Parts: sequence; C-alpha cells; structure tokens
Amino acid sequence: MNKQENCSCSKDRMILPVIQEGSSCCSPVNEAGYIIPGLKQSFVTDSILTVVGRIPKVSAGLQSRDHWGTIKARWGIGRMAYTVDPGLYALGNPDNDSPVLVTANYKMSFDKLRGELACRNLWILVLDTKGINVWCAAGHGTFGTEELIKRIASSGLKNIVSHRKLILPQLGAPGVAAHQVKRFSGFKVYYGPIRAKDLPAYLDSGWKATPAMRIMHFPLKERAVLIPIELIAAVKQFLIIAPVVFILSGIGGPAGFWANTINYGFFAVIALFAAVFSGAVLNPLLLPYLPGRAFSTKGFYIGIIVALVLLHLRDADLQIWAGKTETLAWLLMIAAISSFLAMNFTGASTYTSLSGVKKEMRWALPAQIAVASAGFLTWIASRLIA
Amino acid sequence: MNNLIYLKDVATLRLDENKCTGCGMCIEVCPHEVFKMIDSHVVIQSRDACMECGACSRNCPFGAIFVNAGVGCATAVINSMLGREGSECCCSIKPDGNEKEGKGGCCC
Repeated sequence: MNKQENCSCSKDRMILPVIQEGSSCCSPVNEAGYIIPGLKQSFVTDSILTVVGRIPKVSAGLQSRDHWGTIKARWGIGRMAYTVDPGLYALGNPDNDSPVLVTANYKMSFDKLRGELACRNLWILVLDTKGINVWCAAGHGTFGTEELIKRIASSGLKNIVSHRKLILPQLGAPGVAAHQVKRFSGFKVYYGPIRAKDLPAYLDSGWKATPAMRIMHFPLKERAVLIPIELIAAVKQFLIIAPVVFILSGIGGPAGFWANTINYGFFAVIALFAAVFSGAVLNPLLLPYLPGRAFSTKGFYIGIIVALVLLHLRDADLQIWAGKTETLAWLLMIAAISSFLAMNFTGASTYTSLSGVKKEMRWALPAQIAVASAGFLTWIASRLIA
Repeated sequence: MNNLIYLKDVATLRLDENKCTGCGMCIEVCPHEVFKMIDSHVVIQSRDACMECGACSRNCPFGAIFVNAGVGCATAVINSMLGREGSECCCSIKPDGNEKEGKGGCCC
C-alpha cells in the first residue's frame, strides 16, 4: 500500500560541508550540542549528514501504517501519544538554500504536511507542541514564539541553511509573533497557506498565498472527520446513563419488572442513542443547514426532528396518559441532549469565538438542564401511571 | 456554505487606527477575512466573522489590535466552570478568560 511518489525525484545527494560523523543515535543532544530527532522513528527512511550531525530523512510517500495511525487518532486511539520527535528533518535532498517549513509534533500534522510535498527538497522544523496540532497548540502558545526561537537554536538550523526565512502554517499565527521571531532569531517568518495541500502552489508562486488559501472554511469533509472523536466522548456518557434508564424503566407499568424493561427499557436506550446520534453525528453533518446561529439551537432543532421520527415509529397510544407523557418525555430529553452535544461541537468548529460560546452557554446550558430534567421527571411520571 | 457566521456582536476585536501603519500583517494571518485594506490602512470589515483566535493582535508589530483571544469551545468553558483542567478537552480557560495550558489532548 506504499504510495510511491509518482514522479522522478533527483537522486543526487546534497553536498554539505561535513564536519564529523556524529553519533547517529538516541541521545537528545548530540556531540555537536544540537538536538536531533531520533533516526529510528518508523517513518524515517534515511539520514543525511550535515554540519550539525545526522539529520533524519523522511519521504512524502505515506506508508499504510501512517494512514492507519491517522484513522486510529481520529477515533481517539493513542491520540495523546501520537507524536514525532521535535527538531529538524530533511525531506528529499535539501541543501543550504532549501526552504524551511515549520510544523507541530502531532504525527497527523507532520504526515499531512509531508504527504503534500512529493518531489520537493526542503527542511521541516518540528516544534515540540506536546503532540497537539498546529491550531490548538498555537492557541496554547506551545506552537509559539518562544518554542520556535529555542528550536531554531537547538536544531542548529542557522548552520544548515544560508538563508534566514521560515514558512509557518497560517494557523500557527495565534501563537507566533513574526516580528519577535525576526528580532530574536534573525529568521523572517512567512505565513504559508492554511491547508498543506496548497503548499506546492504557494512554493511555486514564489511564496505567495492567494486569498482563497488564507480563508478557513468548514466543509462537509472536515466536519465529518471530527465526528468519531465527538461520538466517542458522547458514547462514554451514554454507556453510563443507558443502563440506569434501562433499569428504571422496569418501575411501574402493567407487567412485571423485566417485562417492563423489555417494553420500555429497550426503547429508552434506543431513544438515548438517537439523541447522541442527533447531537454528535447529524448536527456536524448538517451544521450549515440547521436554523439558528447558536450551536445549541441547531442541535435542539435536529433533536426535535429525530425525536418526532423515532416517536412516530414507536407509535405509542396517545389516547392514554401513559403514552402521552412518555412521548412528551422523550421529545424533551432527546432535544435537550442533542442540543447539549451540538453545543460541545463549538470546540471542533473553525469559526466560533470564546465570547460567543460564553454568551450562548449563559442561556443554553440552564435551558438544556431544565428541559432534560423536565423530560426525565415526565418520563418517571409516565412509568408510575402506566 | 462558505461563510459560516457565529453569533453577532460578540467579538472583542478592536483596532486602533492611529497606531495602524497599514503593514497588512493582520490581513495575512486572519483566517476569516475580518480585515481589509483601504487607502493603505486597515479597517475591520466583518467583525462578526472574528473567532478571536488572536493571530492578528499577536502579529501586529505596532500593538494596534486588541482582542480577548481564546478558544470558542463549550467543553473548555464547562471544564473551567467545574475547575477541571481539560480531561476530555485541551483548551481549559481561566476565569478571567485567558487560556491556560491543559493537560490532555484537544477538542479540535
């Protein structure tokens, strides 16, 4: 499944002044006093000898294990430890005039970057962002001015390239003050495009980003890949609540305890899952098409629709109070849960402000709690009068 | 669907036009086309598109831009209300609205 680079890359080795055969392993600081990333990382294909030591070499062709790693991280498996060593890497056969791209040490970020750079010769400077992607790390300041200046020094970059230019992802800008990097390290920061896939065009046009490269959208595909991580967080809570509701459904009702759980409990579990599905899956997918600006409003509406469909299928007897109250109860609970989960998607979205989220939450969170509580009490009542 | 806009009239973004030299750095780093250049100085053209990421103010060499930067993440707000440091979510927030480095991974 190796994706080969489908063009002819020059096989010529770069020629850099060689000072020493630096030790090629393990120690974070090598003999020359620089921090070199490990050469034994799975994605390192080779190394090239430079004045600061052996620099690990990577290719633009991602292996199947890289793709598998991305899929696992999207589902939250090993996501917190999905890192590459910080420091300088060579892609292709860069020389002292090659561009330097800066990225985070989240492996998915690193792979996204190199995967777009087939047949290029350049340097990749990886900052220590504790395994967090560029955008989030920039928000924390770990993808930041200080780390960048330190990493320039510890990697020995000044001895490897003769120019003093860096290309940073635009989404790193919240953490990095370009003018301060210039002042303290001598390197001028150029903000490249938001998306790695635009990098070849950016590089080929003499480092000019078109306006389209600078704008962050939130298309279906980008929303869809974020669903698993949201869904898993919600399902964890579902797995705690669902058994409780299942047991409670045995209370009251015409038949015995276990007969009740079969009549009402299975539906309760299905209804809860429908609420999770509505808030964590349908809301992200349908986000632009749902009414309202607040995410909780969007989630509330889709929750109502899901609840109505589900309750229609349930076909409860609305002539009797037990049927009426049970229907009302689930309408309220599904809408409230869906609204809450939708609100949590603000963190994954690419256009919500902190001020806006706080404003939304001031009314939405109390409303969600009130509606969910009302729904739950109504449901308990429906069990007792059944 | 290209221009998803969140709540109106909430962004804390301010531009001091007296300090602005029109270098255009803010236009370059803004992911939502909030600024535009008019006659060699910058104006705010769509404040409601601002997501308060803080890229503009951080990269303004002249201190002409203020924004109360933070991550618009409900989970982070809830975590900070509960006094938790981001167990599910990276972006925890101090009570004063400034971000604080969380321990775990990330919501985004």
